[in-house]
Amino acid sequence: MVINGVTIDDTFAEAFGMKATRVIVTAHNLKWACHAAVSATGFATSVIACGCEAGIERTLEPDETPDGRPGASILLFAVSGKELAKQLERRIGQCVLTSPTSAAFAGISEGEPLPLGKNLRYFGDGFQSSKLIAGKRLWRVPVMDGEFLCEETTGTAKAVGGGNFLILAGSQTQALAAGEAAIEAMRKIRNVIMPFPGGVVRSGSKVGSQYKTLMASTNDAFCPTIRGITRSELSEDVDAVLEIVIDGLAEADVRNAMRAGITAVCALGAKNGMRRITAGNYGGKLGQFQFRLHQIMS
Amino acid sequence: MSALIFTLQETLHQRVDMSPLTPDILTGKSSVEISAMELVCGNRRLRVDELFTVSGDDARVLIFKNSSGKLDRIGQAMNIGSITVQGDAGAYLGYAMKNGAITVHGNVGAYAASKMTNGLLHIRGNADDFLAAAIPGERHGMKGGTVIVTGNAGDRTGDHMRRGQVLIEGNCGDFCAARMLAGTIAVLGTVARCPGFGMKRGALLLNSLPNELPATFNDCGAHHLTYLTLLIKSWRSLDSKFALLEPRSRVRRYMGDLANAGKGEILVWQ
Repeated sequence: MVINGVTIDDTFAEAFGMKATRVIVTAHNLKWACHAAVSATGFATSVIACGCEAGIERTLEPDETPDGRPGASILLFAVSGKELAKQLERRIGQCVLTSPTSAAFAGISEGEPLPLGKNLRYFGDGFQSSKLIAGKRLWRVPVMDGEFLCEETTGTAKAVGGGNFLILAGSQTQALAAGEAAIEAMRKIRNVIMPFPGGVVRSGSKVGSQYKTLMASTNDAFCPTIRGITRSELSEDVDAVLEIVIDGLAEADVRNAMRAGITAVCALGAKNGMRRITAGNYGGKLGQFQFRLHQIMS
Repeated sequence: MSALIFTLQETLHQRVDMSPLTPDILTGKSSVEISAMELVCGNRRLRVDELFTVSGDDARVLIFKNSSGKLDRIGQAMNIGSITVQGDAGAYLGYAMKNGAITVHGNVGAYAASKMTNGLLHIRGNADDFLAAAIPGERHGMKGGTVIVTGNAGDRTGDHMRRGQVLIEGNCGDFCAARMLAGTIAVLGTVARCPGFGMKRGALLLNSLPNELPATFNDCGAHHLTYLTLLIKSWRSLDSKFALLEPRSRVRRYMGDLANAGKGEILVWQ
């Protein structure tokens, strides 16, 4: 398949089942809501070493939030409900509770409830109080700028993590421009995050390493500077590769995001140095979900 | 299907226990069976059709017409459906009510909403003393749900109240929220003497500072409390003046009763 001079490989992205939750973080203004949200989703690029993958799904207008203040919707993904609960509590406790004027609310009502303010309330040292409003229990924790308001629990969803595609471009600058264009398009899709810095990954990995202690190592087949000494996947006209990883609340959300991103890259076309789009997989043996590029783009 | 209507035929001289006439109990019964049911009236037992004319067939929607303040325990322990009272209602209205809705187009007696756990109780007239309060011997008064009073409420409103919200559009009598354990009472009018006396937790939301605040309440200053925005928002769907309140969150906060744990709050809109 070729779109606007860009070759779409007949391959698939392999993705995994995960547990996810959404939290609505609000504050006095969008600047402080984003401070809290950015902090809470920091160091959350990959479950391999971060415990969870997290990101800001989108910012919210005052009329979209429970307390009528500006906010941000954040999504967190982990390999198990237990790990997700641990990460959620730490991140809300250290990054949202601490952020001036902030409040945190459940962004998902279904599924197994995860503690949100249920345990954080004890920070109030006995001065905390709760309110049951419209069937939802909220905790009010006294803090130095007023009260931290936090819903008791948030819901969970079975989710999909690790959807991906690779952009093969003529130069590093062109690859970066394509990555940015793809992310801009993908950020318009609901229920997904691209957890890496700016949404883009340069250090795509393969399973295993020559070093026994490492579970993953650089994806040498896509590294342009060693293409002469490895079994390279890159042709002569490709000088840089960037990957975009997508986590979504449902298979369809990941598919929609991949379509939006690949479409944006293809819109740049061959004239802007776009050569190929491919995807990362493990031969279909590890992941529960397969996203075939040709099916997505047809 | 039309609503099941009970029209009171006579002026009552004794109080009547209306607890058997709830949607839960009447559903599935024929009109003959309903007419033959017995109600305790004073020291006698009377058939329903000795007191009421009965019409209609939908037991989930009950209407008491020509009602009297001597009809006690209307909607006791009801879990489904709705009851409309055209006239006054007696004591213990909605006692231990679990769900559903009761609307009274008149005044109600003492202990309305006591031990209520869920549902909506709308009193379009005045409520007598001990609204949402615990009856003697009980540890808790109202334990959930929503009560709206269009008129005024009497003394000891919310005494030992445990959960839920009482919204009073008019004025409230003495000792409002006394010994309150948790929940919310909001008053658009005024409250009389000693609000919050012995209050342990919970919130009493007022339009203006009462003339007499117990000495065991301390001023914690004026603050924006975010939860009030959510509270006001949750009232939007109610058929009440509370639905028309503008979103706001700035209140002066008084905490007490320091003689009894002191985690209760009297909030006065700023």
